[in-house]
Amino acid sequence: MTCNSGFSAIFVIIIILNLSPAFGYTIALQETEEHTHQAKSEEQNKGFKPGDFIFDHIKDAYDWHILTYKDFHLSIPLPVIVYSKTKGLNIFFSSKFHHGHNSYKGFKIAHEGKYEGKVVELMEDGTDIRPIDLSISKNVFAIYICIILMFWVFISVARVYKNNQGKAPKGLQNFVEPIILFIRDEIAIPSIGEKKYEKFMPYLLTLFFFIWINNMMGLIPIFPGGANVTGNITVTMALAAFTFVVTAINGNKFYWQEIFNSPEVPFWLKIPIPLVPIIEIIGMLTKPLILMIRLFANITAGHIIALGFFSLIFVFGDMQVMLGFGVSPLSILFTIFMTFLELLVALIQAYVFTLLSALYFGMATAEHH
Amino acid sequence: MELVTPELGLLFWMIVSFGIVLWILKKFAWKPILNALKEREHSIEDALLSAEKAQEEMIKLEADNEAIIRKVKVERDGLLKEARQVKEKMIQESKEQASEEADKIIEAARLSIENEKIAAIADIKDQVATFSVEIAEKILKQKLAGKEDQKELIDKLLNEIRFN
Repeated sequence: MTCNSGFSAIFVIIIILNLSPAFGYTIALQETEEHTHQAKSEEQNKGFKPGDFIFDHIKDAYDWHILTYKDFHLSIPLPVIVYSKTKGLNIFFSSKFHHGHNSYKGFKIAHEGKYEGKVVELMEDGTDIRPIDLSISKNVFAIYICIILMFWVFISVARVYKNNQGKAPKGLQNFVEPIILFIRDEIAIPSIGEKKYEKFMPYLLTLFFFIWINNMMGLIPIFPGGANVTGNITVTMALAAFTFVVTAINGNKFYWQEIFNSPEVPFWLKIPIPLVPIIEIIGMLTKPLILMIRLFANITAGHIIALGFFSLIFVFGDMQVMLGFGVSPLSILFTIFMTFLELLVALIQAYVFTLLSALYFGMATAEHH
Repeated sequence: MELVTPELGLLFWMIVSFGIVLWILKKFAWKPILNALKEREHSIEDALLSAEKAQEEMIKLEADNEAIIRKVKVERDGLLKEARQVKEKMIQESKEQASEEADKIIEAARLSIENEKIAAIADIKDQVATFSVEIAEKILKQKLAGKEDQKELIDKLLNEIRFN
Protein backbone atom coordinates (compact mmCIF):
# COMPACT_ATOMS: atom_id res chain seq x y z
CA MET A 1 0.00 0.00 0.00
CA THR A 2 2.62 2.50 1.03
CA CYS A 3 4.70 1.65 -1.99
CA ASN A 4 1.77 2.37 -4.25
CA SER A 5 0.87 5.69 -2.70
CA GLY A 6 3.90 7.41 -4.22
CA PHE A 7 3.07 6.21 -7.66
CA SER A 8 -0.61 6.92 -7.35
CA ALA A 9 0.20 10.46 -6.23
CA ILE A 10 2.29 10.92 -9.37
CA PHE A 11 -0.48 9.42 -11.44
CA VAL A 12 -2.96 11.87 -10.01
CA ILE A 13 -0.60 14.76 -10.69
CA ILE A 14 -0.20 13.64 -14.28
CA ILE A 15 -3.94 13.35 -14.72
CA ILE A 16 -4.44 16.81 -13.28
CA LEU A 17 -1.74 18.12 -15.56
CA ASN A 18 -3.40 16.61 -18.55
CA LEU A 19 -6.92 17.57 -17.76
CA SER A 20 -6.37 21.00 -16.37
CA PRO A 21 -5.13 22.81 -19.47
CA ALA A 22 -8.61 22.76 -20.88
CA PHE A 23 -10.09 23.95 -17.58
CA GLY A 24 -7.45 26.53 -16.79
CA TYR A 25 -7.16 27.95 -20.21
CA THR A 26 -10.90 28.25 -20.38
CA ILE A 27 -10.77 30.49 -17.33
CA ALA A 28 -7.93 32.44 -18.83
CA LEU A 29 -9.85 32.76 -22.02
CA GLN A 30 -13.00 33.90 -20.26
CA GLU A 31 -10.93 36.73 -19.03
CA THR A 32 -9.62 37.54 -22.45
CA GLU A 33 -13.09 37.28 -23.82
CA GLU A 34 -14.17 39.85 -21.28
CA HIS A 35 -11.23 41.97 -22.23
CA THR A 36 -12.17 41.61 -25.84
CA HIS A 37 -15.72 42.59 -25.15
CA GLN A 38 -14.57 45.59 -23.20
CA ALA A 39 -12.13 46.47 -25.90
CA LYS A 40 -14.86 46.04 -28.48
CA SER A 41 -17.17 48.37 -26.65
CA GLU A 42 -14.41 50.90 -26.16
CA GLU A 43 -12.75 50.71 -29.52
CA GLN A 44 -14.85 49.07 -32.17
CA ASN A 45 -12.03 48.30 -34.53
CA LYS A 46 -9.88 46.42 -32.04
CA GLY A 47 -10.41 42.62 -31.90
CA PHE A 48 -8.75 39.79 -30.04
CA LYS A 49 -4.99 40.19 -30.10
CA PRO A 50 -3.35 36.79 -29.67
CA GLY A 51 0.09 38.37 -29.24
CA ASP A 52 -0.97 40.43 -26.22
CA PHE A 53 -2.94 37.51 -24.82
CA ILE A 54 0.01 35.15 -25.03
CA PHE A 55 2.56 37.62 -23.71
CA ASP A 56 0.31 38.55 -20.80
CA HIS A 57 0.45 34.91 -19.78
CA ILE A 58 4.14 34.30 -20.10
CA LYS A 59 5.29 37.57 -18.57
CA ASP A 60 5.96 38.23 -14.92
CA ALA A 61 3.29 40.21 -13.03
CA TYR A 62 2.71 42.02 -9.74
CA ASP A 63 -0.33 39.99 -8.85
CA TRP A 64 -1.35 36.42 -9.47
CA HIS A 65 -4.37 36.60 -11.65
CA ILE A 66 -6.79 33.70 -11.25
CA LEU A 67 -9.95 34.68 -13.04
CA THR A 68 -12.02 37.59 -14.22
CA TYR A 69 -15.79 37.43 -14.49
CA LYS A 70 -17.53 40.48 -15.90
CA ASP A 71 -16.13 43.23 -13.69
CA PHE A 72 -14.96 40.98 -10.90
CA HIS A 73 -11.23 40.24 -10.86
CA LEU A 74 -9.98 37.42 -8.69
CA SER A 75 -6.27 37.62 -8.17
CA ILE A 76 -3.82 37.14 -5.34
CA PRO A 77 -2.20 40.45 -4.46
CA LEU A 78 1.54 40.21 -3.97
CA PRO A 79 3.80 42.58 -2.08
CA VAL A 80 5.45 45.36 -4.03
CA ILE A 81 8.80 46.34 -2.59
CA VAL A 82 10.32 49.40 -4.21
CA TYR A 83 13.13 51.69 -3.20
CA SER A 84 13.60 55.10 -4.76
CA LYS A 85 15.94 57.93 -3.91
CA THR A 86 13.15 60.41 -3.35
CA LYS A 87 10.62 58.25 -1.53
CA GLY A 88 12.79 55.69 0.18
CA LEU A 89 11.65 52.15 0.81
CA ASN A 90 8.00 51.41 0.13
CA ILE A 91 6.26 48.13 0.75
CA PHE A 92 2.61 47.65 -0.12
CA PHE A 93 0.32 45.11 -1.75
CA SER A 94 -0.17 45.25 -5.48
CA SER A 95 -3.94 45.39 -4.88
CA LYS A 96 -3.41 49.08 -4.18
CA PHE A 97 -2.93 49.58 -7.91
CA HIS A 98 -6.41 48.15 -8.55
CA HIS A 99 -5.13 45.97 -11.38
CA GLY A 100 -3.00 48.69 -12.82
CA HIS A 101 -5.74 51.35 -12.94
CA ASN A 102 -4.61 53.46 -10.00
CA SER A 103 -1.38 54.95 -8.81
CA TYR A 104 -0.32 54.63 -5.19
CA LYS A 105 2.17 56.74 -3.24
CA GLY A 106 3.46 58.11 -6.48
CA PHE A 107 4.03 54.69 -7.97
CA LYS A 108 2.09 53.15 -10.81
CA ILE A 109 2.28 50.35 -13.30
CA ALA A 110 3.39 51.75 -16.63
CA HIS A 111 1.06 50.93 -19.49
CA GLU A 112 3.38 51.88 -22.31
CA GLY A 113 6.90 52.90 -23.06
CA LYS A 114 10.16 51.38 -22.01
CA TYR A 115 8.90 50.11 -18.66
CA GLU A 116 5.58 48.68 -19.82
CA GLY A 117 4.04 46.47 -17.16
CA LYS A 118 6.56 47.50 -14.52
CA VAL A 119 6.22 49.69 -11.45
CA VAL A 120 7.50 53.16 -12.15
CA GLU A 121 7.79 56.25 -10.04
CA LEU A 122 5.96 59.35 -11.22
CA MET A 123 8.30 62.31 -11.11
CA GLU A 124 7.17 65.89 -10.64
CA ASP A 125 8.20 66.84 -14.14
CA GLY A 126 5.87 64.15 -15.52
CA THR A 127 8.50 61.60 -16.47
CA ASP A 128 8.63 58.04 -15.18
CA ILE A 129 11.69 56.53 -13.64
CA ARG A 130 12.20 52.99 -12.56
CA PRO A 131 12.88 52.55 -8.84
CA ILE A 132 14.88 49.64 -7.44
CA ASP A 133 12.18 47.01 -7.59
CA LEU A 134 12.48 44.02 -5.27
CA SER A 135 8.80 43.10 -5.44
CA ILE A 136 7.63 39.62 -4.69
CA SER A 137 6.26 39.20 -8.17
CA LYS A 138 4.31 36.28 -9.56
CA ASN A 139 7.50 34.50 -10.53
CA VAL A 140 9.16 35.11 -7.15
CA PHE A 141 6.04 33.77 -5.47
CA ALA A 142 6.02 30.74 -7.76
CA ILE A 143 9.65 30.15 -6.87
CA TYR A 144 8.69 30.20 -3.19
CA ILE A 145 5.94 27.66 -3.82
CA CYS A 146 8.45 25.46 -5.60
CA ILE A 147 10.90 25.89 -2.73
CA ILE A 148 8.30 24.95 -0.12
CA LEU A 149 7.40 21.92 -2.20
CA MET A 150 11.05 20.92 -2.44
CA PHE A 151 11.64 21.39 1.28
CA TRP A 152 8.58 19.37 2.11
CA VAL A 153 9.35 16.53 -0.27
CA PHE A 154 13.07 16.18 0.20
CA ILE A 155 13.39 16.84 3.90
CA SER A 156 10.61 14.37 4.63
CA VAL A 157 12.23 11.86 2.31
CA ALA A 158 15.55 12.44 4.05
CA ARG A 159 13.86 11.75 7.37
CA VAL A 160 12.47 8.50 6.00
CA TYR A 161 16.00 7.57 4.93
CA LYS A 162 17.25 8.24 8.42
CA ASN A 163 14.47 6.37 10.22
CA ASN A 164 14.27 3.58 7.71
CA GLN A 165 17.94 2.87 7.44
CA GLY A 166 18.88 -0.41 5.83
CA LYS A 167 15.31 -1.16 4.83
CA ALA A 168 13.60 -1.20 1.46
CA PRO A 169 12.44 2.26 0.29
CA LYS A 170 8.77 3.15 0.53
CA GLY A 171 6.29 5.83 -0.41
CA LEU A 172 7.67 9.05 -1.84
CA GLN A 173 11.13 7.63 -1.38
CA ASN A 174 10.37 5.21 -4.21
CA PHE A 175 9.70 8.08 -6.55
CA VAL A 176 12.65 10.24 -5.56
CA GLU A 177 15.29 7.56 -5.26
CA PRO A 178 15.53 6.43 -8.90
CA ILE A 179 15.85 10.06 -9.99
CA ILE A 180 18.58 10.75 -7.46
CA LEU A 181 20.35 7.57 -8.53
CA PHE A 182 19.93 8.53 -12.17
CA ILE A 183 21.51 11.93 -11.55
CA ARG A 184 24.32 10.32 -9.61
CA ASP A 185 25.02 7.35 -11.87
CA GLU A 186 24.14 8.68 -15.31
CA ILE A 187 24.97 12.37 -14.99
CA ALA A 188 27.44 13.12 -12.22
CA ILE A 189 29.74 10.10 -12.26
CA PRO A 190 30.23 9.84 -16.05
CA SER A 191 30.68 13.62 -16.44
CA ILE A 192 32.77 14.47 -13.40
CA GLY A 193 34.39 11.19 -12.47
CA GLU A 194 34.24 8.77 -9.60
CA LYS A 195 36.61 10.76 -7.42
CA LYS A 196 35.17 14.26 -7.46
CA TYR A 197 31.49 13.88 -8.21
CA GLU A 198 30.32 13.87 -4.59
CA LYS A 199 31.09 17.53 -4.06
CA PHE A 200 28.77 18.55 -6.89
CA MET A 201 25.88 16.21 -6.13
CA PRO A 202 23.90 18.62 -3.88
CA TYR A 203 24.08 21.36 -6.49
CA LEU A 204 23.15 19.07 -9.38
CA LEU A 205 20.23 17.57 -7.46
CA THR A 206 18.91 20.96 -6.39
CA LEU A 207 19.29 22.27 -9.91
CA PHE A 208 17.55 19.33 -11.51
CA PHE A 209 14.59 19.28 -9.16
CA PHE A 210 14.24 23.06 -9.15
CA ILE A 211 14.07 23.21 -12.93
CA TRP A 212 11.90 20.14 -13.26
CA ILE A 213 9.37 21.14 -10.61
CA ASN A 214 9.14 24.66 -11.99
CA ASN A 215 8.70 23.33 -15.52
CA MET A 216 5.91 21.05 -14.35
CA MET A 217 4.27 23.78 -12.28
CA GLY A 218 4.35 25.98 -15.35
CA LEU A 219 2.22 23.40 -17.13
CA ILE A 220 -0.54 23.64 -14.53
CA PRO A 221 -2.57 26.54 -15.83
CA ILE A 222 -4.10 27.77 -12.56
CA PHE A 223 -2.73 28.75 -9.17
CA PRO A 224 -0.39 27.44 -7.70
CA GLY A 225 0.95 26.64 -11.14
CA GLY A 226 0.93 28.59 -14.31
CA ALA A 227 3.75 31.01 -13.61
CA ASN A 228 6.30 30.92 -16.37
CA VAL A 229 9.29 30.61 -14.05
CA THR A 230 11.79 28.62 -16.06
CA GLY A 231 10.63 30.43 -19.19
CA ASN A 232 11.81 33.67 -17.66
CA ILE A 233 15.22 34.81 -18.81
CA THR A 234 16.10 36.23 -15.38
CA VAL A 235 15.55 32.90 -13.68
CA THR A 236 17.53 30.95 -16.24
CA MET A 237 20.21 33.63 -16.03
CA ALA A 238 20.50 33.14 -12.28
CA LEU A 239 20.70 29.38 -12.70
CA ALA A 240 23.34 29.68 -15.40
CA ALA A 241 25.22 32.13 -13.18
CA PHE A 242 25.25 29.57 -10.39
CA THR A 243 26.68 26.97 -12.74
CA PHE A 244 29.26 29.46 -13.97
CA VAL A 245 30.32 30.45 -10.46
CA VAL A 246 30.53 26.83 -9.29
CA THR A 247 32.63 25.99 -12.36
CA ALA A 248 34.93 28.96 -11.79
CA ILE A 249 35.40 28.25 -8.08
CA ASN A 250 36.18 24.60 -8.66
CA GLY A 251 38.33 25.09 -11.75
CA ASN A 252 41.77 23.63 -11.13
CA LYS A 253 45.05 24.98 -12.46
CA PHE A 254 44.80 22.93 -15.65
CA TYR A 255 41.43 24.48 -16.39
CA TRP A 256 42.70 28.04 -15.99
CA GLN A 257 45.94 27.27 -17.76
CA GLU A 258 43.95 25.95 -20.70
CA ILE A 259 42.09 29.26 -20.82
CA PHE A 260 44.88 31.77 -20.31
CA ASN A 261 47.98 30.01 -21.46
CA SER A 262 47.16 26.86 -23.35
CA PRO A 263 50.39 24.87 -23.71
CA GLU A 264 49.35 23.31 -27.03
CA VAL A 265 48.93 26.67 -28.75
CA PRO A 266 51.98 28.34 -30.44
CA PHE A 267 53.17 31.44 -28.59
CA TRP A 268 52.46 33.88 -31.44
CA LEU A 269 48.76 33.28 -30.93
CA LYS A 270 49.13 34.47 -27.33
CA ILE A 271 51.71 37.27 -27.61
CA PRO A 272 51.42 40.15 -28.38
CA ILE A 273 47.73 39.80 -29.18
CA PRO A 274 46.21 37.21 -26.80
CA LEU A 275 44.00 35.79 -29.53
CA VAL A 276 43.50 32.31 -28.11
CA PRO A 277 42.95 33.44 -24.50
CA ILE A 278 40.28 35.84 -25.73
CA ILE A 279 38.56 33.05 -27.64
CA GLU A 280 38.84 30.78 -24.61
CA ILE A 281 37.33 33.41 -22.32
CA ILE A 282 34.49 33.95 -24.77
CA GLY A 283 33.98 30.18 -24.82
CA MET A 284 33.93 30.08 -21.04
CA LEU A 285 31.22 32.76 -20.96
CA THR A 286 29.25 31.26 -23.83
CA LYS A 287 28.62 28.02 -21.95
CA PRO A 288 26.38 29.53 -19.24
CA LEU A 289 24.87 31.87 -21.82
CA ILE A 290 23.75 28.88 -23.88
CA LEU A 291 22.35 27.19 -20.77
CA MET A 292 20.38 30.34 -20.01
CA ILE A 293 18.97 30.72 -23.51
CA ARG A 294 18.18 27.04 -24.09
CA LEU A 295 16.00 26.63 -21.02
CA PHE A 296 14.31 29.99 -21.49
CA ALA A 297 13.58 29.42 -25.17
CA ASN A 298 12.32 25.87 -24.78
CA ILE A 299 9.91 26.58 -21.97
CA THR A 300 8.69 29.88 -23.38
CA ALA A 301 8.19 28.33 -26.81
CA GLY A 302 6.11 25.55 -25.27
CA HIS A 303 3.89 28.06 -23.50
CA ILE A 304 3.54 30.19 -26.60
CA ILE A 305 2.54 27.24 -28.78
CA ALA A 306 -0.01 25.91 -26.27
CA LEU A 307 -1.53 29.37 -25.83
CA GLY A 308 -1.36 29.92 -29.58
CA PHE A 309 -3.60 26.97 -30.22
CA PHE A 310 -6.13 28.39 -27.81
CA SER A 311 -5.89 31.81 -29.38
CA LEU A 312 -7.09 30.21 -32.59
CA ILE A 313 -10.52 29.72 -30.99
CA PHE A 314 -10.82 33.43 -30.30
CA VAL A 315 -9.30 34.54 -33.56
CA PHE A 316 -11.95 32.51 -35.36
CA GLY A 317 -14.56 33.41 -32.77
CA ASP A 318 -13.96 37.05 -33.58
CA MET A 319 -14.90 36.38 -37.17
CA GLN A 320 -17.92 34.25 -36.35
CA VAL A 321 -18.94 32.87 -32.94
CA MET A 322 -19.84 29.43 -34.27
CA LEU A 323 -16.54 29.22 -36.10
CA GLY A 324 -14.83 29.68 -32.74
CA PHE A 325 -16.81 26.79 -31.27
CA GLY A 326 -16.02 24.72 -34.32
CA VAL A 327 -12.30 25.24 -33.98
CA SER A 328 -12.26 24.60 -30.24
CA PRO A 329 -12.17 20.75 -30.29
CA LEU A 330 -9.19 20.88 -32.63
CA SER A 331 -7.49 23.46 -30.42
CA ILE A 332 -8.08 21.40 -27.31
CA LEU A 333 -6.75 18.33 -29.08
CA PHE A 334 -3.62 20.20 -30.13
CA THR A 335 -3.17 21.64 -26.68
CA ILE A 336 -3.48 18.23 -25.05
CA PHE A 337 -0.88 16.94 -27.46
CA MET A 338 1.34 19.93 -26.69
CA THR A 339 0.93 19.35 -22.97
CA PHE A 340 2.11 15.79 -23.35
CA LEU A 341 5.05 17.06 -25.35
CA GLU A 342 5.72 19.71 -22.73
CA LEU A 343 5.73 17.09 -19.99
CA LEU A 344 8.56 15.46 -21.89
CA VAL A 345 10.28 18.76 -22.58
CA ALA A 346 10.04 19.70 -18.90
CA LEU A 347 12.01 16.59 -17.99
CA ILE A 348 14.43 16.79 -20.90
CA GLN A 349 15.31 20.43 -20.28
CA ALA A 350 15.93 19.79 -16.59
CA TYR A 351 18.09 16.83 -17.59
CA VAL A 352 20.02 18.78 -20.23
CA PHE A 353 20.70 21.72 -17.93
CA THR A 354 21.94 19.37 -15.21
CA LEU A 355 23.97 17.25 -17.60
CA LEU A 356 25.69 20.25 -19.19
CA SER A 357 26.42 21.78 -15.78
CA ALA A 358 27.95 18.45 -14.73
CA LEU A 359 30.00 18.34 -17.93
CA TYR A 360 31.33 21.84 -17.28
CA PHE A 361 32.26 20.84 -13.71
CA GLY A 362 33.94 17.77 -15.13
CA MET A 363 35.96 19.89 -17.54
CA ALA A 364 36.94 22.31 -14.79
CA THR A 365 38.15 19.55 -12.48
CA ALA A 366 39.70 17.17 -15.00
CA GLU A 367 43.29 16.13 -14.29
CA HIS A 368 45.69 16.37 -17.20
CA HIS A 369 48.69 14.20 -17.58
CA MET B 1 11.83 43.02 -25.73
CA GLU B 2 10.74 42.75 -22.12
CA LEU B 3 10.73 39.00 -22.53
CA VAL B 4 14.50 38.88 -22.93
CA THR B 5 15.40 41.69 -20.52
CA PRO B 6 16.62 40.43 -17.16
CA GLU B 7 14.78 41.93 -14.22
CA LEU B 8 16.95 43.01 -11.30
CA GLY B 9 14.40 42.28 -8.56
CA LEU B 10 13.65 38.81 -9.81
CA LEU B 11 17.35 38.12 -10.25
CA PHE B 12 17.98 39.19 -6.68
CA TRP B 13 15.23 37.01 -5.22
CA MET B 14 16.14 34.12 -7.46
CA ILE B 15 19.79 34.15 -6.41
CA VAL B 16 18.96 34.60 -2.73
CA SER B 17 16.27 31.93 -2.65
CA PHE B 18 18.11 29.44 -4.81
CA GLY B 19 21.20 29.89 -2.67
CA ILE B 20 19.23 29.28 0.50
CA VAL B 21 17.47 26.27 -1.01
CA LEU B 22 20.79 24.86 -2.11
CA TRP B 23 22.27 25.31 1.35
CA ILE B 24 19.30 23.94 3.30
CA LEU B 25 18.66 21.01 1.01
CA LYS B 26 22.35 20.18 0.98
CA LYS B 27 22.41 20.09 4.73
CA PHE B 28 19.06 18.52 5.53
CA ALA B 29 18.16 16.51 2.47
CA TRP B 30 20.91 15.60 0.04
CA LYS B 31 23.59 14.73 2.57
CA PRO B 32 21.41 12.29 4.57
CA ILE B 33 19.85 10.84 1.42
CA LEU B 34 23.14 10.35 -0.40
CA ASN B 35 24.80 8.95 2.71
CA ALA B 36 21.92 6.56 3.31
CA LEU B 37 22.03 5.44 -0.31
CA LYS B 38 25.75 4.92 -0.12
CA GLU B 39 25.47 3.02 3.12
CA ARG B 40 22.75 0.85 1.74
CA GLU B 41 24.78 0.14 -1.37
CA HIS B 42 27.72 -0.77 0.81
CA SER B 43 25.66 -3.09 2.95
CA ILE B 44 24.15 -4.73 -0.14
CA GLU B 45 27.59 -5.09 -1.63
CA ASP B 46 28.86 -6.57 1.61
CA ALA B 47 25.96 -8.97 1.75
CA LEU B 48 26.58 -10.02 -1.83
CA LEU B 49 30.27 -10.41 -1.16
CA SER B 50 29.68 -12.53 1.91
CA ALA B 51 27.14 -14.61 0.03
CA GLU B 52 29.70 -15.14 -2.68
CA LYS B 53 32.25 -16.02 -0.05
CA ALA B 54 29.86 -18.49 1.54
CA GLN B 55 29.21 -20.02 -1.81
CA GLU B 56 32.91 -20.29 -2.48
CA GLU B 57 33.37 -21.88 0.89
CA MET B 58 30.59 -24.28 0.17
CA ILE B 59 32.15 -25.19 -3.13
CA LYS B 60 35.43 -25.67 -1.35
CA LEU B 61 33.76 -27.80 1.29
CA GLU B 62 32.09 -29.82 -1.38
CA ALA B 63 35.41 -30.27 -3.10
CA ASP B 64 36.92 -31.29 0.20
CA ASN B 65 34.14 -33.76 0.75
CA GLU B 66 34.64 -35.18 -2.66
CA ALA B 67 38.35 -35.43 -2.08
CA ILE B 68 37.73 -37.20 1.19
CA ILE B 69 35.28 -39.54 -0.44
CA ARG B 70 37.73 -40.22 -3.24
CA LYS B 71 40.49 -40.83 -0.75
CA VAL B 72 38.29 -43.15 1.24
CA LYS B 73 37.32 -44.98 -1.90
CA VAL B 74 40.95 -45.37 -2.86
CA GLU B 75 41.69 -46.57 0.63
CA ARG B 76 38.83 -48.99 0.51
CA ASP B 77 39.95 -50.26 -2.85
CA GLY B 78 43.43 -50.64 -1.45
CA LEU B 79 42.14 -52.50 1.54
CA LEU B 80 40.03 -54.77 -0.58
CA LYS B 81 42.93 -55.41 -2.88
CA GLU B 82 45.17 -56.15 0.05
CA ALA B 83 42.59 -58.42 1.55
CA ARG B 84 42.27 -60.23 -1.71
CA GLN B 85 45.98 -60.55 -1.92
CA VAL B 86 46.15 -61.77 1.63
CA LYS B 87 43.42 -64.25 0.90
CA GLU B 88 45.13 -65.48 -2.21
CA LYS B 89 48.39 -65.69 -0.41
CA MET B 90 46.78 -67.58 2.41
CA ILE B 91 45.15 -69.97 0.01
CA GLN B 92 48.40 -70.33 -1.82
CA GLU B 93 50.28 -70.88 1.39
CA SER B 94 47.79 -73.35 2.71
CA LYS B 95 47.83 -75.09 -0.59
CA GLU B 96 51.59 -75.30 -0.50
CA GLN B 97 51.54 -76.40 3.08
CA ALA B 98 48.95 -79.01 2.33
CA SER B 99 50.86 -80.37 -0.58
CA GLU B 100 54.04 -80.33 1.47
CA GLU B 101 52.30 -82.19 4.22
CA ALA B 102 50.87 -84.59 1.74
CA ASP B 103 54.30 -85.09 0.28
CA LYS B 104 55.67 -85.70 3.72
CA ILE B 105 52.93 -88.18 4.51
CA ILE B 106 53.42 -89.86 1.21
CA GLU B 107 57.16 -90.00 1.82
CA ALA B 108 56.64 -91.37 5.27
CA ALA B 109 54.20 -93.88 3.89
CA ARG B 110 56.65 -94.83 1.20
CA LEU B 111 59.41 -95.17 3.73
CA SER B 112 57.35 -97.33 6.00
CA ILE B 113 56.24 -99.37 3.01
CA GLU B 114 59.88 -99.79 2.05
CA ASN B 115 60.78 -100.73 5.56
CA GLU B 116 57.92 -103.12 5.76
CA LYS B 117 58.94 -104.47 2.44
CA ILE B 118 62.52 -104.96 3.57
CA ALA B 119 61.34 -106.48 6.79
CA ALA B 120 58.98 -108.72 4.92
CA ILE B 121 61.70 -109.68 2.49
CA ALA B 122 64.07 -110.38 5.40
CA ASP B 123 61.37 -112.40 7.02
CA ILE B 124 60.73 -114.29 3.82
CA LYS B 125 64.44 -114.78 3.45
CA ASP B 126 64.65 -116.17 6.98
CA GLN B 127 61.72 -118.40 6.39
CA VAL B 128 63.07 -119.47 3.02
CA ALA B 129 66.42 -120.26 4.70
CA THR B 130 64.69 -122.18 7.45
CA PHE B 131 62.58 -123.98 4.88
CA SER B 132 65.59 -124.78 2.73
CA VAL B 133 67.56 -126.02 5.71
CA GLU B 134 64.62 -128.09 6.75
CA ILE B 135 64.22 -129.31 3.21
CA ALA B 136 67.87 -129.97 2.95
CA GLU B 137 67.80 -131.72 6.26
CA LYS B 138 64.94 -133.84 5.06
CA ILE B 139 66.62 -134.55 1.77
CA LEU B 140 69.84 -135.32 3.48
CA LYS B 141 68.11 -137.50 5.99
CA GLN B 142 66.51 -139.34 3.14
CA LYS B 143 69.66 -139.55 0.96
CA LEU B 144 71.99 -140.54 3.67
CA ALA B 145 70.03 -143.40 4.89
CA GLY B 146 72.71 -146.01 3.74
CA LYS B 147 76.36 -146.07 4.77
CA GLU B 148 77.79 -146.00 1.27
CA ASP B 149 75.81 -143.00 0.40
CA GLN B 150 77.14 -141.21 3.41
CA LYS B 151 80.67 -142.16 2.57
CA GLU B 152 80.32 -141.16 -1.09
CA LEU B 153 78.97 -137.77 -0.10
CA ILE B 154 81.67 -137.23 2.40
CA ASP B 155 84.20 -138.03 -0.19
CA LYS B 156 82.66 -135.77 -2.72
CA LEU B 157 82.50 -132.96 -0.27
CA LEU B 158 86.02 -133.61 0.74
CA ASN B 159 87.05 -133.45 -2.86
CA GLU B 160 85.33 -130.21 -3.35
CA ILE B 161 87.02 -128.64 -0.42
CA ARG B 162 90.49 -127.94 -1.47
CA PHE B 163 93.11 -127.43 1.03
CA ASN B 164 95.16 -124.65 -0.06
